[in-house]
Amino acid sequence: MRYLSWLVPTFYILFLLMPIYWLVAMSFKTTNEILGGFSLYPQVWTFDNYAVIFTDPSWYWGYINSIIYVSLNTVVSVGVALPAAYAFSRYRFLGDKHLFFWLLTNRMAPPAVFALPFVQLYYAVELFDTHIGVALAHCLFNVPLAVWILEGFMRGVPRELDETAYIDGYSFPRFFTRIFLPTIRSGVGVAAFFCFMFSWVELLLAKTLTKVAAKPIAAIMTKTASSAGYELGLLAAAGVLTIIPGAIVIYFVRNYIAKGFALGRV
Amino acid sequence: MRRTNQIGWLFVAPVLLLVAFNALIPLMTVVNYSVQESFGDNVFFWSGLQWFEQLLNEDRFHAALGRQLMFTGIILAIELPLGVAIALCMPKKGPFVPVCLVLMALPLLIPWNVVGAMWNILALPEIGLLGYGLNAAGIDFNFTQSPVDAWITIVAMDVWHWTSLVVLLAFAGLSAIPDAYYQAARIDGASRWSVFRHIELPKMKRVLTIAVLLRFMDSFMIYTEISVLTGGGPGNATTLLSIDLVKKALGQFDLGPAAAMSLVYFLITLLVSWLFYTLMTRGEQ
Repeated sequence: MRYLSWLVPTFYILFLLMPIYWLVAMSFKTTNEILGGFSLYPQVWTFDNYAVIFTDPSWYWGYINSIIYVSLNTVVSVGVALPAAYAFSRYRFLGDKHLFFWLLTNRMAPPAVFALPFVQLYYAVELFDTHIGVALAHCLFNVPLAVWILEGFMRGVPRELDETAYIDGYSFPRFFTRIFLPTIRSGVGVAAFFCFMFSWVELLLAKTLTKVAAKPIAAIMTKTASSAGYELGLLAAAGVLTIIPGAIVIYFVRNYIAKGFALGRV
Repeated sequence: MRRTNQIGWLFVAPVLLLVAFNALIPLMTVVNYSVQESFGDNVFFWSGLQWFEQLLNEDRFHAALGRQLMFTGIILAIELPLGVAIALCMPKKGPFVPVCLVLMALPLLIPWNVVGAMWNILALPEIGLLGYGLNAAGIDFNFTQSPVDAWITIVAMDVWHWTSLVVLLAFAGLSAIPDAYYQAARIDGASRWSVFRHIELPKMKRVLTIAVLLRFMDSFMIYTEISVLTGGGPGNATTLLSIDLVKKALGQFDLGPAAAMSLVYFLITLLVSWLFYTLMTRGEQ
């Protein structure tokens, strides 16, 4: 029985790949073929769906918009989370435990709850339909997560490291950037990965906070799907392209993910 | 040991400012709406707790809440055991581990509406791989018509989408167990079950707490995937809380009732998360 245990993950991965295969297959079919009936693989291969996306600015700008605000969000989230996580792991201060739990509660706020007030708030501060606006809004759930992950990593670094550095005459900023950050760099990688991931996949806020200038690709898909009738091939091609950035990122951090969770306080 | 030093506040200040801007202001807006009646053109009247009373006595709300609890219950009951089982069956080390992890993490990185759209075209009875396949195998399947089929589809979609998170967490917990523990168990002649019960499960407790919390929160707040896949239909069969809320807030523009519902929804999420958290971390310190 032990020798058959590899079957379980294998079947699971096959199950995971099935819908992805179907999406990829559909993206190479013509709309006529899709609506014409069932076929397991494209009878006539077409690259038209991809050609439309790469030549029409309203499509490919969606990708650029998404990548801009996701990157901004990752930088901002990890940037503000680093000192906070350091404080939570190193100092005791008034209300620290409550603060930590309060931060986590923001991860529990359904975006549907906040969608409407968010639009009004971001209109009021004139950040509606800007990349930085979406990036800031996504901080609602990414900053608590980044603090959580980084705090776990920092807790694993012995205090002696800090103390030795101070004895050696390091100032705090120099210690933090030269010694501390390199020590926890896999933690920074894991935190950045999760911020990227949750900002990339979130749509409700990104969609309601944008109109034209910063509209994410995933939202353009839904709009096109309804206005141009049922262009399933185009939709599938756009879907396939949204998987690629995530796949690239995950390939680079593959060795850190398991380790990150194991080391972190998570 | 951590040192008492109020300078900690200075380090936390940027996070506080950012999250307070994003969380407190919208939350206060919602609280504000929830106790007022609006007549368009920014005319508001104080209405006290009227919306809350109305909501808590409303059949529509009870039904949506019931469906939401059922969905989350099913999801937790399937994904947690399945995720742990898959993690246990994975090879501990070797060239296949990174391959497995990358492939398994793939669904986690797909935008949520693409997940919904993917499962829509997969399950469509005439042209989808799954829908066509089931019908060809003689099973009558149509998620746009039958509530049961719609539920099977949304549960399958969520299992597909999120089980990997449980696998990744459980696998991380498992790989933190030193080999010496397994050797000791082998010398004592422990059975596979007792290795799981007395070594692996306690060591995974921490990561499993996270898995339960994250899976609870995200399945309780699910909106985009289901709204793209079924739109809450057929009828109201898959109208979960958040879908109902968005219908109320953006569809009907009933600001007061929608705000009251938002608050009740948020409080339920908070309360249940807190319960899970206290129950699962009990007896730690």
